[in-house]
Amino acid sequence: MKLFSTKSTALFGLTALIASTVSSPVLADADNNKLVIDGTPLVTDVAAPADSELDRLYSGWRFRSAETQSLQADDFENPAMPFVDTGADLWNAADGSEGKSCSSCHNDAEESMKGVRAEYPKWNAKLNKPHTLETQINECRETRMGAKPWKWESGEMLASTAYIGLQSRGMPTKVQTTGPMAKWHDMGKDLYYTRVGQLNMSCANCHEEQVGKKIRSDHLSQGQINGFPTYRLKWGGLGSSHRRFKGCMDNIRATPFKRGSDEFIALEVYVAARGTGLSVETPAVRN
Amino acid sequence: MMLRNVALSAVLAFSLGGKAQAENIAPTDVKFVDDTQVTASLTGVAGDPKAGREWYAGRKLGNCLACHVTSDLAEEPFHGEVGPEMDGVAGRYEEQQLRAILINSKKIFGDQTIMPGFYSLDVGARPAEKFAGKTILTAQQVEDIVAYLLTLKE
Ligand code: HEC
Ligand code: HEC
Repeated sequence: MKLFSTKSTALFGLTALIASTVSSPVLADADNNKLVIDGTPLVTDVAAPADSELDRLYSGWRFRSAETQSLQADDFENPAMPFVDTGADLWNAADGSEGKSCSSCHNDAEESMKGVRAEYPKWNAKLNKPHTLETQINECRETRMGAKPWKWESGEMLASTAYIGLQSRGMPTKVQTTGPMAKWHDMGKDLYYTRVGQLNMSCANCHEEQVGKKIRSDHLSQGQINGFPTYRLKWGGLGSSHRRFKGCMDNIRATPFKRGSDEFIALEVYVAARGTGLSVETPAVRN
Repeated sequence: MMLRNVALSAVLAFSLGGKAQAENIAPTDVKFVDDTQVTASLTGVAGDPKAGREWYAGRKLGNCLACHVTSDLAEEPFHGEVGPEMDGVAGRYEEQQLRAILINSKKIFGDQTIMPGFYSLDVGARPAEKFAGKTILTAQQVEDIVAYLLTLKE
């Protein structure tokens, strides 16, 4: 083989070689399965909004094995459901100096919490930043119930976000990205495309450019967060989207941001927006 | 006679190795020719293809299998498909080019490539403390993997 003399011919030669060995990743290699839970069909793929970096949006469910998919399709099989039951109990449990529970103010969650998950993170003028579901829950606990805030990844918090999230299951994700949210969306977008860590990769390197490919044993999805908090078989429990972000940053040997940090909130805003129109699947099941 | 020759060359290789060890080319001193080749060995010690095969598959080392299907390692589960198959790669590149690709793939494929640079300090933001200022592979591990890749003939 002749050694290349200039970079441009080298690149040309390499491209030709690569083109001959790799099929072009134009279409996301999601499967065609349909997710129906309790008789309700969920939207697991949808045309991307006009300003999206993606053509079509796919839920991570479409990239999982048939076994993992079926766990989520049946609420009796879904290992997250016992935690949801805990969340329902917590909803009605009085806590803190005011002797109140969530239901004291919000009554029946099946009514009052419908659609909430689909719109979070949500702008909060008083805070002058977006509330995530977690920070909103803690604000209620501290200011209205006189109760201690829950830790981000605590069992109570995950049970509650799973229970509240379930009330929006099947509804389309639609976070605000305009007005005061634009700054947060754009900050999240910057982070999404920034190469980090010793492995020098951005979220987009895997979840935009390599979707549908196997990376070691994992089938790469678009990294959507419409199913969070998600029951992960590997975790043996529920985890927040910020835990997943941290896991991916650890894998690329980067120093992750903290759960609940402005950076992860911005990333949550942006990744949620990348899933606009996908059904809320909370609590989803992943491997 | 044969035996003595083998022993002699082993001694020679060993002393060469000892000497070269101290003279590894630092990641920041690697010279790229035309941005496509690194002609000089990083260590002066011939790469060991058997060791290279191990670094190539090791999840905490090269983890090359995470992205490259490699028939020679059929006994290992889970070959990724992010990069091209490695079968026959020895017929597509010269040693100097393979060394360059491993050291810093960005030089050869361009900045947009997902493939990490394995002997480069040109890394992403916020490297984990444990890995800050360190390369993914050592100079000798790179040489060993190059030697292994050169065995992958079609
Ligand atoms: C080296 C490749 C790689 C990089 C870089 C990466 N991820 Fe991931 N990510 C994965 C893999 C593998 C999975 C598990 C399979 C899947 O769903 O894609 C995953 C899963 C996820 C999921 C869960 C999806 C679901 O359906 O439950 C989210 C969310 C996610 N990643 C977000 C991110 C974000 C945000 C970044 C950047 C900070 C990032 N990832 C960087 C490989 C990567
Ligand atoms: C995260 C993915 C990833 C990892 C890990 C990775 N590579 Fe690659 N590699 C690629 C991609 C993608 C290409 C094709 C160039 C491009 O498109 O950027 C490539 C190209 C190559 C090529 C040129 C192949 C050809 O036929 O043109 C060689 C050689 C190579 N890699 C070797 C290695 C070795 C050895 C390791 C481990 C020490 C490794 N790679 C780790 C993604 C990866």
